[in-house]
Amino acid sequence: MCTMIATQITIAGTGKAGNGWFVLREANVSYDHPFEAPYDHALNIDFVNESLGPGARVAVELDVASARKLVETITAVLAKADQAGVLGE
Amino acid sequence: MHYATNQYEGMIAETTLVPGHNGELIGAYVARPMGPGPFPAIIVIHHMPGWDEWYREVTRKFAHHGYIAVSPNLYHRAGHGIPEDVAAMVRAAGGVPDDQVVGDVAGMLAFVQALPHCTGKVAVFGTCSGARHAFLAAAQTPGFAAVIDCWGGRVTMEPHELTVNQPVAPVDYTAGLECPVLGIFGAEDSSPTPAQVAVLEQALKQHGKTYDFHMYAEAGHGFFYYDRPAYRQTQTMDGWKKIWAFLDQYVRV
Repeated sequence: MCTMIATQITIAGTGKAGNGWFVLREANVSYDHPFEAPYDHALNIDFVNESLGPGARVAVELDVASARKLVETITAVLAKADQAGVLGE
Repeated sequence: MHYATNQYEGMIAETTLVPGHNGELIGAYVARPMGPGPFPAIIVIHHMPGWDEWYREVTRKFAHHGYIAVSPNLYHRAGHGIPEDVAAMVRAAGGVPDDQVVGDVAGMLAFVQALPHCTGKVAVFGTCSGARHAFLAAAQTPGFAAVIDCWGGRVTMEPHELTVNQPVAPVDYTAGLECPVLGIFGAEDSSPTPAQVAVLEQALKQHGKTYDFHMYAEAGHGFFYYDRPAYRQTQTMDGWKKIWAFLDQYVRV
């Protein structure tokens, strides 16, 4: 663990991995070495359900620009949904 | 390593369980030359991406060069699956606790030194977080003959970087180190930076330790990894030469 910049949040939703859909319980957000992406460091998000073991994981590894764009887009889409009156909390 | 094409060679390599921290059994991949020996040994500490194929290969590489090589699974307690899924779980937990790692590595040292085909001379090798762990273990565990630190990140740590799992910067244990250190680093690395390597070197110098540091130009983090874009062939081959020479001098004797 070379940066140790990692945060875990609890979430609700579903994720799809090799064995199909499963219930998500946590998201782990880190800025550290990616496993696959060709960068020294990446913004990594692991959508997981720890109670199901290490394999219950949907992983993404993004470059910094993509991560920032993703954050902005999620916020913008939620705002639109809110304005449209369809946002169910 | 020089060997003749008509020379007999054989190797045994397998996973097993070895007592680690607090005597708890953890996975270990053990590769050794066939024959009665006695052989020197090396503990091979995996990097942040886990107990993966590169570490299997490097463990066998050390055995090919005449060492009993023992690679513990430091993530054993996180559960089992493909290495990167297990490593991701450990990353989310803030890494493995330093004390636990030191106990696990000490367990491997005791295991290998007790083998009748071991000379008792044991090095410890690691890359990335594994190099940090190698330095940490060597500085807190008497009995190692050498430590090889390949681009170990966070050996030096700022106070704000200390965590529950990593409460002390490894460099602060330098006084306890009883064996020489080989350091292999890339000048373009951001963890450790050349400035952080200089801090470690200063600590070793201050405490009168024997060390041999090599800072490779045009190389970044993990430049030995042939499966990553950071791979640098020329620097890697020279780095391995430095490793074999260092082991010949301090461990094979």
